[in-house]
Amino acid sequence: MRPRPPTTPRLRQWGDRLLQVMALLVLALALASLATLLYDVLADGLGRLSWQFMTSGPSSRAERAGIYPGLFGSLWVMAVAAAIAVPLGVGSAVYLEEYGGTGRWAHLIEINIANLAGVPSVVYGLLGLGLFVRALQLGSSVLAGGATLALLALPVVILSTREALRTVPLSIREASYALGATKWQTTWHQVLPGALPGVLTGLILALSRAVGETAPLIVVGALTYITFAPDGLDSPFTVLPIQIYNWVSRPEAPFAENAAAGIIVLLLLLLTMNATAIVVRDRLQKRRA
Amino acid sequence: MRTETRRLVEAVIERGLFLCAATSVLVTAGIIGVLLFEALLFFQDVSVLDFFTDTEWTPLFAQKRFGILPLLTGTLLVSAIAMVVALPAGLLSAIYLSEYAPSGLRRVVKPLLEVLAGVPTVVYGYFALLFVTPLLQDIVPGLAGYNALSPGIVMGIMILPLVSSLSEDALHAVPNGLREGAYALGATRMQAALRVVVPAAFSGISASFILASSRAIGETMIVAIASGLEPRLTLDPRVPIETMTAFIVQVAQGDAATGTVEYRTIFAVGMLLFLITFLLNMASDWLRRRFREQYA
Repeated sequence: MRPRPPTTPRLRQWGDRLLQVMALLVLALALASLATLLYDVLADGLGRLSWQFMTSGPSSRAERAGIYPGLFGSLWVMAVAAAIAVPLGVGSAVYLEEYGGTGRWAHLIEINIANLAGVPSVVYGLLGLGLFVRALQLGSSVLAGGATLALLALPVVILSTREALRTVPLSIREASYALGATKWQTTWHQVLPGALPGVLTGLILALSRAVGETAPLIVVGALTYITFAPDGLDSPFTVLPIQIYNWVSRPEAPFAENAAAGIIVLLLLLLTMNATAIVVRDRLQKRRA
Repeated sequence: MRTETRRLVEAVIERGLFLCAATSVLVTAGIIGVLLFEALLFFQDVSVLDFFTDTEWTPLFAQKRFGILPLLTGTLLVSAIAMVVALPAGLLSAIYLSEYAPSGLRRVVKPLLEVLAGVPTVVYGYFALLFVTPLLQDIVPGLAGYNALSPGIVMGIMILPLVSSLSEDALHAVPNGLREGAYALGATRMQAALRVVVPAAFSGISASFILASSRAIGETMIVAIASGLEPRLTLDPRVPIETMTAFIVQVAQGDAATGTVEYRTIFAVGMLLFLITFLLNMASDWLRRRFREQYA
């Protein structure tokens, strides 16, 4: 609770009024721009959404083009990113939160993760290009793209998992030790299940951010013109945001409609992921309560 | 399981977890290594002096010039516009949410602001190019179809939630005793907020400002879509420009062959981008730590 100022004479309240009005105006403007953005995209793109749009590849004729390779490319890359970032990220978080303590290494790793979280995403693209595509000779494949996004998502996964682990009360660990459990038995059977709702929510949010990324995958060399969905880890690919970018960059108006329709699909995908995160968290929390 | 084996398993698991945590250090080493390797090769062909003093950036033309200044001013121009939008608006909404807003309203507004921060940047790029620019062209005379103004404003909207939530955290951490003291001296709520709470949270607020500017400098897709991809040494927000990030995307999209100077430019530009954002992030982190110590 904030303390309240004593009642002040009316005349002296004008400053408070002004500040509140201005702040509400700013907030209203920000939310109005969000609403405008959504309205603009829906108005431009809704008419273009169709089964044909969902099942076709790119085309030089806007009305024949579709999102299919991009959508499946995004799903593939997301799966690869999850497969790499989840074990690494959760493992790191468990180490730092449950094992690491206060050593010099732990401190270094901690500072390092905070810094990684602030590296621009396009720089991760350069890392992916130099390391995965060239040095490890993976080419501009699903694996290289997914690994790049995994590294990008890693700091977010670690930070959110640590937060979730911190919500598990110390008494649970102590009770487990008192029953003779080892550190790992305690972590695996008590702490991680207790933190699961928070961990899962954080994972899904990190992945949904990765799915919306465009620049790092362009740098890694994802193609813009590709007519098929990936069929393996070494397959070339494109993703939804790159397909959208490609359509936005074209001067002809029908392609802008395609871009808007693609944005609707992308936003629906993100919405689904976020809704899943909320449902998962509620389910698990209810079961525990 | 025998105690011996148990102990061995525990040790192996701990090692494994440590290796997981250590990969994050390898990622940083990888970033620095890759950037440094290619950038050093780049600087064998291009002198460092030219890179920082030449006023033309034309690595994709026959007549190649490698002056980073146009990209740097482009980046700073767009980021400055974004900051002009995001800082005052973000701070104002932080003050409101922390000092004035009823908790019900705060519960509604904060998640909505987070949605604003979660929209993919390519969507903001679309919005800047096809909605905001045409809108601004009615108001601002001489505004080109591609310009720095529109992506700057849209980027400001995107960054506002970051400034608002981090500044609010900082304001929130100021102990209530300071507010009570101000009220006891007869201050109104606004006087307490602006003259006591905000100055007390100053380092936390500046940390959020610096982090926001680092985010703006590293932002890519909004500018790649809406600012025009034309490197130009100017501070005029109405004409097409190019930022460092947009240049990297532009070259990566084309087919610059490995080992050519064109290919290496993106690593040199990336190196500079990494250094700038790294320094800003460190400064922000330092300020935040200092702030936390003040009220710990």
